[in-house]
Amino acid sequence: MKTLLGISAVALVSVLLSSSFSVSAEPIPADKIATLREAPLNVEPTPPAMQKVINSDVKEVRNYPMQPPVIPHKIDGYQVNLKVNKCMSCHDRSRTGDSQAPMVSVTHYMDRENNFLATLSPRRYFCTQCHVPQLDAKLLVPNDFVDMDTLIKADINKEAKH
Amino acid sequence: MIAKLLATLKKVWVVLRKPSVHYSLGFLTLGGFIAGVIFWGGFNTALSVSNTEAFCISCHEMENNVYQEMQSTIHFTNRSGVRATCPDCHVPHNWTDKIARKMQASKEVWGKVFGTINTPEKFEAKRRELAEHEWARLKANDSLECRNCHNFDYMDFTRQSPRAAAMHSTSLASGEKTCIDCHKGIAHHLPDMQGVEGW
Ligand code: HEC
Ligand code: HEC
Ligand code: HEC
Repeated sequence: MKTLLGISAVALVSVLLSSSFSVSAEPIPADKIATLREAPLNVEPTPPAMQKVINSDVKEVRNYPMQPPVIPHKIDGYQVNLKVNKCMSCHDRSRTGDSQAPMVSVTHYMDRENNFLATLSPRRYFCTQCHVPQLDAKLLVPNDFVDMDTLIKADINKEAKH
Repeated sequence: MIAKLLATLKKVWVVLRKPSVHYSLGFLTLGGFIAGVIFWGGFNTALSVSNTEAFCISCHEMENNVYQEMQSTIHFTNRSGVRATCPDCHVPHNWTDKIARKMQASKEVWGKVFGTINTPEKFEAKRRELAEHEWARLKANDSLECRNCHNFDYMDFTRQSPRAAAMHSTSLASGEKTCIDCHKGIAHHLPDMQGVEGW
């Protein structure tokens, strides 16, 4: 009985949450939800044209302070494996003088106990786990992310009205 | 002493002057000329055959390692359809340098035939050393082979990415650095770069 109550409470809360946060943006058409392939399984469709990677070298604003910054340039053929890390040939502390690239943040030199290391922490070695270049592509799924500054501003405005 | 030398010279002259018993002088001259042409032509043909990509990758260590790796790079396929083949980057155009490089490459073939680099593992183990030869060569000739295709004078910085333009208009333009200083691994995977300047 108790578990049943618990489950229904959770269900109720989630229904409430989803209705209050429901997105108003235009959804994907129903016939495209199952697949974006748009061809029968036994047919090899012509792939869409490849999108160009943004190569402007202009920093993109982060959506929240902890966001790993996105890469503002091409990384085609950049080798990152056990032998070499091409990214670090510019972004390493000792390389930033020549390259004028931003240094990887200090967290990249810390292990998980927050001890500082002399070199890049192994858990931060593979850059593209967190950092990726961007395409100038049309969004497939609408994104209704709201920046927290906007939320705070909206809140202040609301309070001012009352 | 001088008399003896003169005597020998005279003997040689006599032999040279004696008409050939079996062949006419005309035949000999012409024959010599043709033989010369064939020999020289053959040498240069062998040289130019061995200067094609097909020859370079006819040996498996090249086909399975470096050639495979090159196929995903810009020098294999690109929007302009201009391809850089192995000799474009690895064999100097100038004749004496070409011969010198060929002799050096023969050493690598020797290594192949007699087993120093006959497996991918051995190739990997040797790769740093081989790469260092190429870096040293390109550094010494100011990346001549790159410049055969990429002419600095015709680089339009306004059409390059800001990063590229910033580097090319400073370190490269001042002659402080050359292409290979910054573009290592442009056509193949890099070996372990521990201790290489700039890595
Ligand atoms: C046979 C001529 C040739 C030679 C030799 C050559 N390149 Fe290239 N290179 C090209 C072509 C063609 C392109 C692609 C142009 C395009 O379509 O964008 C290119 C592109 C490049 C790029 C641009 C890469 C990118 O992702 O946009 C770099 C960097 C480069 N080459 C460096 C070098 C270096 C360093 C060398 C010497 C080791 C060299 N090249 C030798 C013809 C050559
Ligand atoms: C001081 C370092 C440096 C030197 C020296 C240098 N380059 Fe570059 N080059 C760069 C950087 C950085 C980029 C952009 C990032 C990348 O492609 O990896 C670049 C990009 C390029 C590109 C692509 C252009 C673009 O818009 O992205 C070509 C082609 C190129 N280099 C050719 C050369 C050639 C040929 C030489 C020698 C004559 C040379 N570079 C010397 C640093 C250098
Ligand atoms: C765009 C120029 C370019 C082309 C084309 C090219 N190479 Fe290279 N190659 C280099 C450079 C530069 C190095 C020095 C190591 C490095 O930076 O990757 C090198 C190194 C090598 C090495 C030494 C081992 C290593 O990986 O460093 C071998 C072997 C080699 N190349 C073979 C070939 C063969 C075979 C081909 C043709 C399929 C070829 N290369 C085409 C530029 C080129």
